[in-house]
Parts: sequence; C-alpha cells; structure tokens
Amino acid sequence: MLGGRRLRLDWVGTVPFLAYVGVFLFVPTVIIAVGAFLDDGGSFSLSNFAGLFQSDVVTATVNTVLLSAVTAVIGAVLGALLAYAIATGNPDGVFRRAVVSASGVLAQFGGVTLAFAFIATIGPAGFVYLFAQQHGLDFYANGYWIYDLRGLALVYLYFQIPLMVLVFLPALDGIKPQWREAAESLGGRTWHYWRYVAGPLLLPSFLGATLLLFANSFSAYATANALINQGNPVLAQQISGFISSEVGLHKPGLANAIALEMIAIVVVATVLYSLLQRRSSRWLQ
Amino acid sequence: MAAVSGGFQRARRRKLQAFRAVVFILAGLFFLVPILAMLEFSTRAGNTFTSPRTGQFWRQIFDYPDLVAAITASLELAAITSAVMLVLLVPTMVWVRLRLPGLSRIVEFICLLPLTIPAIVLVVGFFPMYLWMGNNFSDNILTLAFAYVILVLPYCYRAIDAGLGAIDVKTLTEAARSLGASWFTVMWRVIVPNVSAAILNATLLSVALVLGEYTIANNLLYNNLQVEIAMLGRANAGVSIAVAVASLLFAFLLLVGLAFVGRKRPRQQEVLVKTYARDLAGKTV
Repeated sequence: MLGGRRLRLDWVGTVPFLAYVGVFLFVPTVIIAVGAFLDDGGSFSLSNFAGLFQSDVVTATVNTVLLSAVTAVIGAVLGALLAYAIATGNPDGVFRRAVVSASGVLAQFGGVTLAFAFIATIGPAGFVYLFAQQHGLDFYANGYWIYDLRGLALVYLYFQIPLMVLVFLPALDGIKPQWREAAESLGGRTWHYWRYVAGPLLLPSFLGATLLLFANSFSAYATANALINQGNPVLAQQISGFISSEVGLHKPGLANAIALEMIAIVVVATVLYSLLQRRSSRWLQ
Repeated sequence: MAAVSGGFQRARRRKLQAFRAVVFILAGLFFLVPILAMLEFSTRAGNTFTSPRTGQFWRQIFDYPDLVAAITASLELAAITSAVMLVLLVPTMVWVRLRLPGLSRIVEFICLLPLTIPAIVLVVGFFPMYLWMGNNFSDNILTLAFAYVILVLPYCYRAIDAGLGAIDVKTLTEAARSLGASWFTVMWRVIVPNVSAAILNATLLSVALVLGEYTIANNLLYNNLQVEIAMLGRANAGVSIAVAVASLLFAFLLLVGLAFVGRKRPRQQEVLVKTYARDLAGKTV
C-alpha cells in the first residue's frame, strides 16, 4: 500500500531545509567564487587576483600568517601542557569535567568582549599594568604594544589554549599506562619513554592540532578589529575594508579574491590536519 | 627491587602533582584575571586602581538609547534565530532519520560547513544579498537572523543529533502513527518532549552565539549589541566594559545552565564538547 509513489515524494520533507541552506549558505559562497573572477563591468577577469599582490594586502597576509603561526605554536605548547595536567588526573572527576566544559566555552570566547577584557587587565588603565608600574615594572616603556600585533597575539592565546585542550585531550587519553610500564620494564627512563614511545605517538596529533589552531587564528576578525582600530593589519580587516563603501575603498571584487585566498589557506591547513589525525588514530583510540 | 621502584614511582608522582598544581594555578590566573579585571575596571571611578568604587557606569547603561536599542535588537535576534533554527532543523532531522537515512551524511556535511568557512568570508557573500534585500524588502536589523541561523547551524545540529541518537525515533513514530497520530502530533507531542533537553541545549547555544556576534553585523553595517559595545568603547570605556561584563555573565549563565541540562548523563556533556572540537577540526573536509 505504501508503494513506490509515496517513497518518491519523501524528499519533499527536506525542501524547506535545503531551500534555506541553498539561499543563505550556497548563494553567498557562489557569489564569492564567481565574483572573484569578475571585474567591475561584470566580465571575466583575473585582475582581482592581481590585487592580492598590492602592498597593503601582501603586508596583511604576511602579518596574519605570522600572527597565526606564533599563536598556534605557543597555544599548542601551553595547551598541551594543560591537557597533560588534566589527563593525568581522575578521568571521572568533577574537576576534569569543569575544566573541559570551561575549555568548551573559552575556545568560543572571542570578539569585542575578549579584547576589552585584556584592555581592562593590561591596558594603559588596566589594574595589572597599574600595579606593575607602581612596583617599578613599566612594560609599556617602549610604547603600547597591546594595541598592535603583539598584543593581539597575547589575546588570541585566550581562545587558542582552550581549543588545544579540547583537540589534544583525546590523544592524551589514548596513551595507555601499560606502554610506560613496558618501557620501564625494559630499563627505559622517563626521557626514553617520551623520546621513543609517547613522543612519536603524539607528534602527528600535536602537529595536526597546531594546524587547526593556525586556521582558527587565521579566520578570526572580531577580536582583531575590536583591539586594533588603525591600519587594518590583519587580512580579515582588509576584506572588511574592501566590502564597505564608507571609506571609499569599495572594491567588492578584491574582497572576493581575498576571501577565496583565506578559504584556500584554511582548507589546506584543515586537510593537512585531518591527514595527520588519521595517521595518529592508528594507535591512539 | 620492588621497594626501589616503588620509591622511584612515588618521587615521580610527587613531581607530577607539583607540575599539575603549577599548571592549574597559572592557567587559572590567565583565564580568570581578565574577567575579574573587567569587573574591577567597570566599578572604578578614576585612573588608578586605588580610586574609589562606583556603580555609575552600570547605572549609565540605560542612559544610552542606542545601547538600549542594540540590547533589545540582539535579544530579539537571539529569539528569532533560535525559533527559525528549531523549526528548520528538528523536523528535517527527524524526517531524514525516518525516511531518508541515505541523506543523513549530506545533511551533516551541510550543517557543519559553516565551521570551515570563516564568518568574515561568508559576510563577503552576504553583502550584496543584504544590499538587494534592503532595497527591495527590508533593511531592518532583524533580517540579520537569516545569516545567524547559518552561523549556529553546526552547534545546534550536534546538540539535536545527540538528543535524537539517544531515543528510538523510528519505534516512537511508528507507535504513534499506528495509533492514528498525525505527523504534526508525532512531532509536537512525541518527538519534541523526548528530546527537550537537546532542544534546550541547542537554544542556549544559539542565544549565546547570537549575543556575542560581531563580525557579520559590523560588516553589514547593523548596530547589534557587540557593535554598539565596540563603538561605545571609544566614547565611554567604563560603560562599554560594564555592558560587556553583563553580556558575558549572561552568556556564562546560559552555558552553565547547559551543563545542568546534561546532568543526567555526566559524561555526555564532555562527549558533546569533544564532538564540537572534532567538528572545528574540519572533519567535514
């Protein structure tokens, strides 16, 4: 009775969802992909990509790559230490649950509020700065570095470290205590264990997570824009400058091209990440 | 021999405990001080940290009509986004589970896609769409909800998927249908009550995300809460930081509430957080 005709109409139930996603996810993506190859007159052109080599865009690209690399490496190292401290505790403890939940929240925390939190802490009127200054340590003696890329890197660590905890903790949980016992029963010291057993097993995971952190910093916009108002030093801010017509820089084609560049870099980082992840999952399950 | 290795292990354990204590104290300082500093900053009358305490910035929040309008708009956006997300996602996911299991991978892929595309990139595609929409239909700030639904999709998909995975959708539906229930009754009186925790979870997540959103609103030139806080930061730092603290506390309360929703199954929350991490890691690529 529920013959083939009924079956063929089942897809109708997904139409609202697919239509919505089509309009608000697929269409914007197509606009970027097509728009990057159109000039102002609407005909095919590669001139937008030439814009990627104009000096301010190149500077922003280099800045963003450096910023992302530095915060990814520092965030990965510090996050791995924190994750190790968690992994060596009680696996069912309340403390671990609290730290993991907090990491879940903090990894998403960013934007204006985060930038302001750091301004209120170590900004020129922040109490940590005032306190340090009163005790003879003026860390702004050579200028307010909090408002440039160095400050931004410090702020990014606030979400990079928790993200590292989230992605690296499962790998650490996969390390079996028996492996350490085996190393010890063969006469290995702590150094040997880390150098020849745990290190090589964790390395792919660690590198993969670092790439993920790189992609995460690379695509951040809100925090950077809230902290640094001048000069658009970050690639995401360059995009923003070219789409809005307010400042007379309106170049939608170039914005599309930079957007494609960003997608390309993020996709390369995430693909490498998943390749490394696949390699490490052989042992760490 | 046993005694020697026992002593060796005890020493190692002591060292490990010392390492963990140091890591947790440093991490606690790094993550808590900025939040407390905001609170301190927003209640301080002068530019030294010994200045008298004041509540004036908190009281002044309501003296800025633009700020009040932005708070109202962001709360409305949070409500609309959550409602649209639920209406779109829950029936579709139930339907796919029941009738179109072959489509489930595709729906998952689509829902997780916004994690791989940075918001600043998506906004490039949204810009001409919103320009057109503003000229032809409405340029009301509440139209931002269309974009926000896409933004919250990955998180809500995971939350609802976890809920649906924990119940037997097929048996429940067949039982209800064989007793003569309409599809609407199945949805509203059978499925929804059974996944109420997951629905609450998804709603809280989308509210928290919408209240913290800056990138899309700022680039589409709408003044939502975060954009207004950022602008106010230049005129009156005290008030802007007071609002930032308030919105942060509100989001934290929501997310703590979320932890209680998952209380029945203690580890479920951790599993969910880790799943988000894996999604962020670009499993979709």
